Amino acid sequence: MALLKAGTRLKSAVCNTEVMIVAAPKDEVEVTCGGAPLVAMGEEGGGTIADDAKEGTQIGKRYVNEAGDLEILCTKPGEGSLAAGGTALTIKGAKPLPSSD
Amino acid sequence: MNLMMLLEMASSGMGDRVAITNGDDSMTYQELFDAASAAGAKARGAGAEYFAMLDESSLAFPIALFGAAWSGIPFVPLNYRLTGDELDALLTRVEPSLLLCEPEREEALAQREKANPFARHDCLSHTRSEGVDRLDPEWSMDPEEIAILLFTSGTTGAPKAAVLRHQHIVSYILSTVEFMSAEEEAAQLVCVPPYHIAGIASLASSIYSGRRIVQLPAFTAENWIETARREKITNAMVVPTMLARIVEALEGESSADLPHLQAVSYGGGKMPQPVIERAMDLFPDTNFTNAYGLTETSSTIAILGPDDHRSAMASDEPTVRKRITSVGQPIPTIEVEIRDDDGNALPAGERGEIYVRGEQVSGEYLGKGSLLLDDGFFPTKDGGYLDDEGYLFLEGRIDDIIVRGGENMSPGEIEDVLLDHVAIADAAVIGIPDEQWGEAVVASVVLKAGKSASASELQQWVKEHLRSSRTPEQVRFVDELPYNETGKLLRRKVREDFAD
Repeated sequence: MALLKAGTRLKSAVCNTEVMIVAAPKDEVEVTCGGAPLVAMGEEGGGTIADDAKEGTQIGKRYVNEAGDLEILCTKPGEGSLAAGGTALTIKGAKPLPSSD
Repeated sequence: MNLMMLLEMASSGMGDRVAITNGDDSMTYQELFDAASAAGAKARGAGAEYFAMLDESSLAFPIALFGAAWSGIPFVPLNYRLTGDELDALLTRVEPSLLLCEPEREEALAQREKANPFARHDCLSHTRSEGVDRLDPEWSMDPEEIAILLFTSGTTGAPKAAVLRHQHIVSYILSTVEFMSAEEEAAQLVCVPPYHIAGIASLASSIYSGRRIVQLPAFTAENWIETARREKITNAMVVPTMLARIVEALEGESSADLPHLQAVSYGGGKMPQPVIERAMDLFPDTNFTNAYGLTETSSTIAILGPDDHRSAMASDEPTVRKRITSVGQPIPTIEVEIRDDDGNALPAGERGEIYVRGEQVSGEYLGKGSLLLDDGFFPTKDGGYLDDEGYLFLEGRIDDIIVRGGENMSPGEIEDVLLDHVAIADAAVIGIPDEQWGEAVVASVVLKAGKSASASELQQWVKEHLRSSRTPEQVRFVDELPYNETGKLLRRKVREDFAD
């Protein structure tokens, strides 16, 4: 469990996924990728991707929890999938805005 | 959060795509990323605390912007039209600096003790050479660090430096642009200068969406049309005066002959209704978007989209038709409120000051702190109102409001009436000091070629359409009104003319 902060970069311990926290809940939460907790950028990972967390991540997609207070941007894709507190995160569907600049 | 993250994603997700073109030169996202690391190392090596820029747009602009972000110092684009004391005063405020400059200025700037001039061609060749110092691929992710300082031209006193932190620009991009959403052949023509918020926002938006930028530093309508045809431009951003000139240049041609042009966005000043209507005729298949934003809000906060344009033009309903003159609705991540002088929220239809709230809103000036209220809202100093469906109408700067005998009047309302007169091409209305009323309404107008009108005829015209208190006491005829390069009317100059 960790208290997340917007702007922090983290990476998967078991695949190539890298993320940035865009919005974080007030309380501690455990975010996993490929079944293993995310680790700090400099930290060593290890282990294998869990069978039930193999959907993969896509660069540029924003992942959210059901409550809507956690939002994570995938900055580098990987084979594991993201979850928070044991529940899979989903891709945030964004209605495209017309380009204004 | 750091702007660099946007470029890192672009270079890892689509590194071989061309990011940016200027004349015959271009760069891919990977090349831009590599050049930024060398520019960052150069800034750090020079002991710079600011990465300033005194030059027109070139490929060195994004190199410097991202180089600054990488090395952890603010990027400060300055108005390259400034000279003399005015420029000296600004340069002194952003030193010690690495100063990207036009080659002609290098020698003079080298006399400054704390500025390290970096001429455009040196920047372009140094940062793209093998074997030069580069920074490691790490940068601060502190969202509170300053990304950009933009000097805004106040009407009085020294220019203020608006502070945009990494969190403001990154939130703006993440909430308005989908990563790599542009088609590979998409190309955006940009002619706003680097020291304008739209110049920075268009770089960041285009890079994140993967849309190639084509720079056009010296705008003329002929240049613009020629470049748009040659580069197969799909998207363009213009200020109203530019669109007016483009429309004028195409007048007489049966069609615009710009088959690739899918979308045009405009903003930065008031668009004359005849210009947008004529543009929609000339480009029937092009999507027009009007964007409203401020430096202090990291660019766009409200949008009048293509569907809004078409339905307004097609409608007989006056309230819908009128929306062509609005700036549309707030984007989903921005809240807008209209408040009165005492700060109370006003209902739809009532005029007041525009307040905005959202993560992209900085509302901060260097040395003056944040102007955000306790509830997070920023008073824009723009006047306006919302209609029943939340369309926002602008009515000029609050500071420009004329107070005559205790009655508040918006210059825009009187200008619109003057512009409806058959002989008037352009009009500016201001208040000048008046002993009896506090302020008196006066107008400066430009006649259309071959048309004439007398002052008394125009006064009568305003009286017939508005209350008599709004009738200009003086009408002056001028050849043209003073505008800045992004199409903003310089009321200060009009006031000076009346003071003479």
